[in-house]
Amino acid sequence: MKIKAQVCMVMHLDKCIGCHTCSVTCKNTWTNRPGTEYIWFNNVETRPGVGYPQEWENQQRYRGGWTLRNGKLTLRAGGPATKLANIFYNPDLPALDDFYEPWSYDYDALINSPQQKIQPVARPFSSITGEWMDTPKWGPNWDDDLAGGPEIAARDPNLKHLQEHVAMEFESAFMMYLPRICEHCLNPSCVASCPSGAIYKREEDGIVLVDQDACRGWRFCISGCPYKKVYFNWNTHKAEKCNFCYPRIEAGLPTVCSETCVGRIRYIGVILYDADRVREAAQVQNEKDLYPAQLSVFLDPFDPTVIEEARRAGISDAWIDSAQRSPVYLLALKWRVALPLHPEYRTLPMVWYVPPLSPMLTVMPNSERVGPMDIFPTIDQMRIPVEYLASLLSAGDTQVIRTVLGKLWAMRVHMRHHKTGEEVPNQLYHDIGMPAEELERMARLLAVAKYQERYVIPTAERGADPDLVYVQGACSLESIAPVEGFIPSVSVNKPQ
Amino acid sequence: MNLFFWVILPYITVTILVLGLLVRYNFDQLGWSARSTEIFEKRQLKWGSLLFHWGILAAFVGHVVGILIPIAVYHGLGISNEMYHRGAILLGGMAGLAALIGLVILTVRRLTHPRLRRHTSFADWLTTVVLLVVIGLGDWITLGHNLYATPFEYRTTVGPWFRGLFVFSPHAYLMTGIPLVFKIHIVASYVFWMIFPFTRLVHIISVPFAYLRRAPILYRSRLRYRPQS
Ligand code: HEM
Ligand code: SF4
Ligand code: SF4
Repeated sequence: MKIKAQVCMVMHLDKCIGCHTCSVTCKNTWTNRPGTEYIWFNNVETRPGVGYPQEWENQQRYRGGWTLRNGKLTLRAGGPATKLANIFYNPDLPALDDFYEPWSYDYDALINSPQQKIQPVARPFSSITGEWMDTPKWGPNWDDDLAGGPEIAARDPNLKHLQEHVAMEFESAFMMYLPRICEHCLNPSCVASCPSGAIYKREEDGIVLVDQDACRGWRFCISGCPYKKVYFNWNTHKAEKCNFCYPRIEAGLPTVCSETCVGRIRYIGVILYDADRVREAAQVQNEKDLYPAQLSVFLDPFDPTVIEEARRAGISDAWIDSAQRSPVYLLALKWRVALPLHPEYRTLPMVWYVPPLSPMLTVMPNSERVGPMDIFPTIDQMRIPVEYLASLLSAGDTQVIRTVLGKLWAMRVHMRHHKTGEEVPNQLYHDIGMPAEELERMARLLAVAKYQERYVIPTAERGADPDLVYVQGACSLESIAPVEGFIPSVSVNKPQ
Repeated sequence: MNLFFWVILPYITVTILVLGLLVRYNFDQLGWSARSTEIFEKRQLKWGSLLFHWGILAAFVGHVVGILIPIAVYHGLGISNEMYHRGAILLGGMAGLAALIGLVILTVRRLTHPRLRRHTSFADWLTTVVLLVVIGLGDWITLGHNLYATPFEYRTTVGPWFRGLFVFSPHAYLMTGIPLVFKIHIVASYVFWMIFPFTRLVHIISVPFAYLRRAPILYRSRLRYRPQS
């Protein structure tokens, strides 16, 4: 057993209102520099839709993540030798147009406009070429709220799995939001794809980072990540990715995207896992077994032998305590209502999603209203097809989705009975496998939990710093940040 | 004059190369990269980069074969001069042409694509021009001079002079009688090595062979000071 700790996130999709605050605050913090205009470490996609970059889930095209070859786990795009042979031109690399060409506006025209009859306009110009760009063809969230219409939404790779809904008729149209950041995977294919060894997983908290000094710009991590969450900075010619706001995490604070989330959909906590079992779990034959296999690498933070082993591995009591109070432990492991995004990519992603409930498409026959025991038959009537959610969150296993939605619905039925006094049969708790007290705890965590309960983040070990007085109050970026102005940055001006 | 071009200048070149690399390596890790432009344009890069790189790598092997390996070795192996030159012109010519065609595609790509034009630095243009000159002259030597005139026996002149540089006894007289294109090609290649540390060319010495042998998943400890057990 090799115990490591992982800081993970859960996103409760029922509560996401698609406001993009997370994306914007992350951008203002991390990607507001030349070279990163098109980069969104956090982005929110409307589903069904093509996503960002377009059709990122189409692994026939981008060939990210892992696959089994003769039963052995290998990178889909090929191992080290194949990579070196393709180093002069990476056929799988997404190009700028797969994301979008970023632009800004000529705000000076507004500020300096003389008084005139007609409103002045701020013309858009490309942040890459500096040329006027009067008709952008694609942009961030171009298809927000299904605005791309049936043509664009139908290009969603997940729709391939559900024949009857492909038509996207108005009556059966459905929509949900999917906020995405780097998954900080347990078995990260970006790390395995990097020829320079510049990407690594931090031993203490599992955050996956790119060493900017060591990166040589060979660009295989970008195509190697199946979630397309590593980006190429065209100004520094190096790779960049979501860093889980590690200076904040080290200080015990939630990430910027979580902190600023309007819907309070995000939870952050520690999970203990056995690093020795990761490969085995990523290698199971059947894709539908990947989700249970992923759960099996986690360890029970209350088990005395686990605690003892963790201490021996150098994990402090503060971290063990956090692991015991972790909201991620509760949602993903104990109650099992949070699921991994696309487990079939075999990277063991560490950002978990509670699937959204949705209204029923047709009313149950012969019934005025839906009773407490009508849960399971009606789940398949929900507006968001179970098959669609299964394609996103459980490698196509619809039973997993039904179970989770059942628990979420039962929680609502149970909480409603407090107000309505309606009798809830014991059979219900039995069917979903959760007693009433657990449902109440879950309702509290999902609906009313405050900051301290949603974010249980231990501060990072500082004991090894040689001069604690000197570094107190300092940010962990300080020792590695480049000297101001060291990389001459290119700024693109508007056309004259 | 001979002394300057064939003894002094080579050592100046090496000095700039070594010192430049040391300085850059120690002070500019952040700028050390292949400076890929694939994100801006893929279609032309595919042909340009593949032809150029495979061509230039084959040409590099050709230089090892032709310059570093003494002629006596070939004679010992029973390879006649005529056989050698036929092979060198055929294989070297193919490699050289691939590199040149690839580089021309890359140059045209840089000139015509607005995104690339906007973001090509002085160092990038310099690299491109120097490589065009060096490779152009190299191709002229192999396919022009050696094919239409008689093949020039560089293995008894340029080869021994070049090897002499490494043991600090270069003989400038070996180079006096060689054709002018050879001379310009060699002097142009000095420029290539001189600009090497200050351009994207440094990517060549970072070829990640270690990747073939390392563990797929890498962990690093945050506590840098903790001894790795
Ligand atoms: C095995 C060794 C080499 C490797 C792995 C390598 C790799 C690369 C890579 C990844 C790029 C970026 C391509 C892109 O835009 O995406 C590149 C560009 C370039 N390389 Fe190399 N290279 C090697 C050897 C060489 C050599 C020997 C030369 C010249 C003597 C060279 C000259 C160049 C030039 C000039 C470019 C820029 C091409 C352009 O965009 O116009 N490379 N190389
Ligand atoms: S999601 Fe993050 S950790 Fe996982 S492969 Fe992509 S970049 Fe790497
Ligand atoms: S964790 Fe930080 S860097 Fe990553 S997406 Fe959220 S705000 Fe951005």
